[in-house]
Amino acid sequence: MPILETKELTYIYGQNSPFEKKALDTVSIAIDEGEFVGVIGHTGSGKSTLVQHLNGLIKPTSGSILLDGRDIWAEPKKIRAVRFEVGLCFQYPEYQLFAETVYKDIAFGPQNMGLDEEEVNKRVKSAAAFVSLKPELLEKSPFDLSGGEKRRAAIAGVLAMEPKVLILDEPTAGLDPKGRDVILGQIREYQKERGSTVLLVSHSMEDVARVCSKVLVMNDAKCAMYGTVDEVFTRASELAGMGLNIPQVTRIFLGLKERGYNVNTCVYTARQGRDEILRLLSQAKGGDGR
Amino acid sequence: MIRDITFGQFFPAKSVVHALDPRTKLILVVAYIVLVFIGNNFLCLGLAAAFLILATALSKVPPKLMLRSTRPILFVIAFTAILNLLYIKGDVLLFEWGFVQIYDKGVFTAVFMAIRIILAVLGSSLLTYTTSPTDLTDGLERLMSPLKVLHLPVHEFALMMTIALRFIPTLIEETDKIMSAQKARGADLETGGLVKRVKALVPILIPLFVSSFRRAFDLATAMECRCYHGGEGRTRMKKLQMHGRDAWAFGITALVLGGIIAASILLPPVF
Repeated sequence: MPILETKELTYIYGQNSPFEKKALDTVSIAIDEGEFVGVIGHTGSGKSTLVQHLNGLIKPTSGSILLDGRDIWAEPKKIRAVRFEVGLCFQYPEYQLFAETVYKDIAFGPQNMGLDEEEVNKRVKSAAAFVSLKPELLEKSPFDLSGGEKRRAAIAGVLAMEPKVLILDEPTAGLDPKGRDVILGQIREYQKERGSTVLLVSHSMEDVARVCSKVLVMNDAKCAMYGTVDEVFTRASELAGMGLNIPQVTRIFLGLKERGYNVNTCVYTARQGRDEILRLLSQAKGGDGR
Repeated sequence: MIRDITFGQFFPAKSVVHALDPRTKLILVVAYIVLVFIGNNFLCLGLAAAFLILATALSKVPPKLMLRSTRPILFVIAFTAILNLLYIKGDVLLFEWGFVQIYDKGVFTAVFMAIRIILAVLGSSLLTYTTSPTDLTDGLERLMSPLKVLHLPVHEFALMMTIALRFIPTLIEETDKIMSAQKARGADLETGGLVKRVKALVPILIPLFVSSFRRAFDLATAMECRCYHGGEGRTRMKKLQMHGRDAWAFGITALVLGGIIAASILLPPVF
């Protein structure tokens, strides 16, 4: 049974007003436990609206969302419990920091869950360790941290709830390449260690290709594709039609294939590319690569 | 949803009323409100209503939208009407129940007052529907500019108003976002007593405050980068200019005003 499932999910903004707009159109997806799903799509394709449905921040116009096979809106009064199981970290989460100390801010989620002091303390420490925030920073004001540290503190605030499903909306937006790599690495590590399910909304195909096992492509409020990284990225021309680009390396290899070279096109990082070219060259030495 | 709050209710359309100079519209609205309050019988109100209907028709603003603008003050209208109904004594007693006594004159006055307020509100909403906030502040600034003689910082006031208006939607959006983010961390904004609810606002107000300051600093820097140095010697890209239609608007309004003054002198008042 999938851990998170949507059935014919539809959402209309400003229904019955002149600004009426369909933000989600009969989206049906199923996400299995332990999956690392990349959600891509260009601005306004409905990806943010989709993830806000998954933890019950937005109520669907029609259709349903099943968490562990249970409709999350079956009991609207218990929607808060859903938010603890499906942790959502918004875009630019550092703008939601508010407490006097980083510790108190990270503890906000666990405290809302009604956990006891000891458990909260444990969770804050472990979440801070995951995003490699130094323990001495915990007693500082969140407003005194650097940009990258703020971002990591905010992500820790969601991790501390130890959700079964973790959703991150563009966690690397506006960070330099190094900060981006650090955060992505930490999220991947968290996912591996906890075996939790992660959804990563991103603009960067490179990031998605590197860390995700599955890709969900949103286009025009609809779920356009949903499959493994290989399945989705081989449909490069379709993606291009939606204004999306596949990773640059993959583009090169698709081009090589078109020109008659016998290459594997499931190449998403420069390292994989190097290996594939070396393989091709050694093959060419032995016989004809073409 | 917090986003539903309509503010700066500008209704973009191409019409004569939209094209009028904002100064004209400002003066006319003030004149209109005066005129509605001068009129002391139903004929006056009829004239005023007819004038407003004509202006609305010319402006292409949907009547439904116009009527919606009275919704926030329905309570005030009802309150005024009820007070008038209960306290105005007349000659014919229509209804009596305990201390409640309703006279014919009370009914008339209540209806009259309600119409008066509605007309005044509709008149000023026609102004905000047909004038963009920037034009409005521009017009205000020009109308107030004689006050500069008294060393009042008219330009600065106008700029402050423009900025405030400009940032209302931005802040609403920001509030929405922060609320969602805190709700995602389990913030409970809907239940609990007063103290608990006020406390629950802290995680929303602090980030909002911080981001407002950040925006203010950014805006100040951006303005300085473009060499903004106050109103002194500042020229305008869009100069306000009166046209023939403005003269017509003044003329028609003057006629209606004259009509109403005449009617209120010649005809017996309602009270």
